Order: sequence, then structure tokens, then C-alpha cells
Amino acid sequence: MKTKTRPGNTNTTFAVLSMVPSIAGVLIFFILPFFTVVYYSAVDNPITHEFVGLENFKALFGNKAFIAAAKNTAVLSLITVPPAVVLSMVLAMLMESSIPAKSGFRSIFLSPVMVPAASVVLIWQVVFHYNGTLNSRLLEAFGAEPVDWLKSKYCLVVIALLFLWKNLGYNMILYLSALAGMPKDLLEVAELEGADPFYRFFHIKLRYLSPTVIFVTILSLINSFKLFREVYLLTGDYPYEGLYLLQHYMNNTFRTLDYQKLSSAAIVMMLIMIVIIGTLIHFDNKFGGDIEE
Amino acid sequence: MKALTMTKKVKKTIITVLLTIIAAFSAVVFILPTLLTIVNSFMTTSEINANYGSIFSAAAGGSHTYISEKINLKLIPDKVSFDQYKTVLLTSPDYLIKFWNSVILTLPVVIFQTAVAVFASYGFSRVKSRIADAIFMVYIFLMLMPYQVTMVPNYIVAEKLNILDTIWSIILPGIFSPFAVFLLTKVMKRVPSAFYEAAMLDGASEFSIFVNVYIPVCRSAIFSVMVLIFIDYWNMVEQPLVLLSDTTMHPLSVFLSKINTQETGIAFAVAVIYMVPPMLLFLWGEDYLVEGISYSGGVKG
Repeated sequence: MKTKTRPGNTNTTFAVLSMVPSIAGVLIFFILPFFTVVYYSAVDNPITHEFVGLENFKALFGNKAFIAAAKNTAVLSLITVPPAVVLSMVLAMLMESSIPAKSGFRSIFLSPVMVPAASVVLIWQVVFHYNGTLNSRLLEAFGAEPVDWLKSKYCLVVIALLFLWKNLGYNMILYLSALAGMPKDLLEVAELEGADPFYRFFHIKLRYLSPTVIFVTILSLINSFKLFREVYLLTGDYPYEGLYLLQHYMNNTFRTLDYQKLSSAAIVMMLIMIVIIGTLIHFDNKFGGDIEE
Repeated sequence: MKALTMTKKVKKTIITVLLTIIAAFSAVVFILPTLLTIVNSFMTTSEINANYGSIFSAAAGGSHTYISEKINLKLIPDKVSFDQYKTVLLTSPDYLIKFWNSVILTLPVVIFQTAVAVFASYGFSRVKSRIADAIFMVYIFLMLMPYQVTMVPNYIVAEKLNILDTIWSIILPGIFSPFAVFLLTKVMKRVPSAFYEAAMLDGASEFSIFVNVYIPVCRSAIFSVMVLIFIDYWNMVEQPLVLLSDTTMHPLSVFLSKINTQETGIAFAVAVIYMVPPMLLFLWGEDYLVEGISYSGGVKG
């Protein structure tokens, strides 16, 4: 193996050894069993081990529960990621403006990051329950018909609100730290040359922020896949069908321990994530490359 | 000319006032759910039942009738009471056991994921080879995968190692989870190599350079990564549901969803007790949290 060395640095025994525990752990707990997953996805069952090619994947795509879960998860990601990306940028811009008591606002916007979802679902239940606060307020104000929010077509929106409440602060910090690293002279020159705030925002800040926008998008996407947690805490094992997510499908499949279904589903989800994240990074290189670094 | 600057100044002030109003309004929205949870934990059980009884009893019975009585999501309790806390802390050991479960699932992951990562990231930041770079790419890739993908390998290996249904099935994959390595490697790569060379000239061994130069320089980043791991694992729901079939071992996060329908009167107090450790951590280490989030930005390092 040919190695390049940094100045004053040889690949010393200690430096190499220091990686060993981590690499061994990752191999044992993630990489090696992953090959088992690939293997399971291509055989008929864990006992006879007969090779069946893509049969398991065909079965998966013919599985109504999987398709429904995939669809709900995709819709949930679609309605949560764009506002997560945009609203947190709005918060960051607000923090960059001339408002007073910035550190206080920062703490407040960031605080939901620390509050466990399990602790606030009670409030969400009280607000969005059929007999809850929102319905009684709407009835009072507009005489609106009560809606059972968590069992209606709006169920995913209720979950999305919880997601935004919890994640906007984190994303805001990512934008703020990117803005802090932005060369000041760039903006000063623009201001001297009479560029209005909108021009400065869309042509300078936004271009400078584009790698962060991509990163926040990827992060929000991954986090939106974790929203099962909130759904589970609000509705338990058997939610309204509109809230049946991929993790519910996986949990139910774990219960019956159908390795073929589990493995093929894990591989399909991995491939989807690779395609989405790969596309986003490709866009990042294309649009953000010239202004980065 | 003077008038012009005046109007500009007035305009600026108006904008500031408007932005402050928007910020204040957003702040109220952000703080309200947490605040309401805390306030409700100081209400008497009977007040809770009077306010939300219809919600939770209906949830338990599954009936679908609209009760037009008003739900009182109140900001100030009629009577401040510590009854809920007394019940939780003194008469129902169940919740404390679940709290302890959360602690024993979270702390080992926080400590050992960080420890493993401090060493590994030193290696990844010092060793320059294509193989190390390739391995690092695998780490990033793993980090980006959702639970639904990584849980299947985790389950398979837990079964092979015979640790299924024990806390180790959650703790061990947690310890080797690549997040901390990813973040700390980025930080250690920024340590100027002049530090290393100077210590080398003084005749320091590489281990002592690692301990006496790298670890102190990266101290705040190490705290940051611990804060981030803590909030991630303190919140866990997915792993215990799949990996621990014995519900007595479940952390409080999973258990909380079950109290909601059964013992509403104390659910708020349990919720507050559950958020105390991360909130204290926030008060102490908000700057570390901010620093950690900032470091986590950017996939490409």
C-alpha cells in the first residue's frame, strides 16, 4: 500500500493502532452483518438457503403494507423537509438581523432540541385530540366541525409540526455557523456598490450557503425517517393507516422475524437513500463548488 | 440631506421593531410546549382530570364522541401542588426503574462512543492513506443511513452474539456508531501540524502528544460530541422496541407513551422528570451544543 505522508508525519504504529477498536467494532456490528443481510435477501429462507435471485424484492414491491408505509414515509419527508430547510434559514436570518437579546432568542429556539419527544407528546395530544384544545378553539371561533386530527388526512401535518418544532433550532445553528464563516468583505463590497438587501441575500448569502442548504436537506431527510418515534409515542403500535410508516412495517416484520422481508426492505431503503443523498451531493458540487472554500 | 438620513433611521427602527415582534412571537411558540408540560406537572391530579379527562378517557376507551365541554390548556394551575411528584417519586417505583433503565442504556454509549472515537479520530486525522480515506467514507455512509437500515444488521449480530434482549444489544452498536468519529476527525484535522512537530522536537512520544496536545486542544469538541450523543440516546425509542422484548428493561421514553392513557394525573410529572437531565445539560453546556452542531455541518469535512 502506497501512503502519502503529511509533513513531519509518518504513519506511526500508534496512529494506526488507535483506529483498530473503532474499525473492528464497525466491522462486527455493521459491515459483516450487512453481508448477511444481502445474503438473506437473495435466498428463500434461513434454513434451506436456496438462491431465489430477486424474488424477495418482487414480493416486497407486491406487499401492500410495505408500499403503503413507503408512500406515507415519502409524503411525510416531502412535507417536512422543505419547511425545515426554509424556516430554519428564516430563523437564522432573524438572528443575523438587528434584533435585541439574540443570545436569549438563540437559547429559546434551540431548547426543543434538548426536550425529549416523549415529554412533549402529551401537549400534542391535548391540542390535537378529537376533544382537544384546537377543536374547541376552532369551534368557539368559527363554529368549525371537530376533526380528529391524528386520524384524518391532516395526521402527517400534526407530526410535521412536532418535527419542525424540534429540529428548526438545530438547523438554524448550522446556518448561523456557516454565515459566521462567510467573508465579510464580500458583503461590504456588495453594499458599497449599492446592492439592495434582496440582491445581497439571493445572489451572495444564498450562494455561499448552498452547501449548508444541501447539508440541512440531507440531515432533515434522515431525521424525517426517524419520525416513527413521534408517531409511536402519539399513537402506539397500531396507528391510523395514514401514519403507518416504514419503521412500523419493520417493527411488525421483526415480530414475525421474517428475515427475507427485513433484509430486502433494508436494502431497498438503503438504495433509495443512496440515490437521494448522491443526487443532493451532486447538486452541491455543481452549484456550490465555485464559491466554496 | 438630514431629512433623508432621518427617514432612513426611522425605517431601520421600524424594521427592527417588526423583526423583534416576529422573533418574540416565534419564541413563544417554541417555548410553549415545554412550558405547558412543566406547568401541568404542578397541577393536582383532580385538576388534570377535570381539564383533560375527556381526552385521555376517550383515548383509552376508543370511543368517538365529541364532548363539547371546553378543554383547558392552562398556563397557570388553580393550585400549585407537588402531588404528582410525590406519587411518582415515593409511591410508584416503576417510573424510577424506567428512568434508571434510560440511564444505563445512555451513559455507557455516551462515554464509550466518545472514548473509542477520540482514539479513532486521532488515527483518521494523522494517517494518510487511501485505505483510511476509504474507511472514513464508509463511516460517513453508515452515519447517513436511517435506523430502518442499520437495525437489521444490528439485530442479526445481536442474535449471533447471544446478546438479544440484553442492554448490550443496544449499547454495543451504540459504542461503535460512527457519528463521534466523523465529528472529532473533522476537528482533529484542524489541529495545526506545527503543534505535533514542536512536541516531537521536545522528544515527546506520540502517545504523550495525543494525550497532552490533541486531547486538550479538542476538549470542547469532545464535550460537544458527548452532549449530542446524550440527547440522541436519551430519546431512543426504536432500538428497545426491536431489540428488547422484555418491557421491564425499556427506557422511560417508551414507557411514557403507555402512561398517557393510564395515569394522566402523573404523566406530566414523569415527562418533566424525563426532561430534567437534558435540560440541565442544556443550561450547563449550551455553548458545547452549539459548537457540536456547528462541527457536524457539512458532509465533506
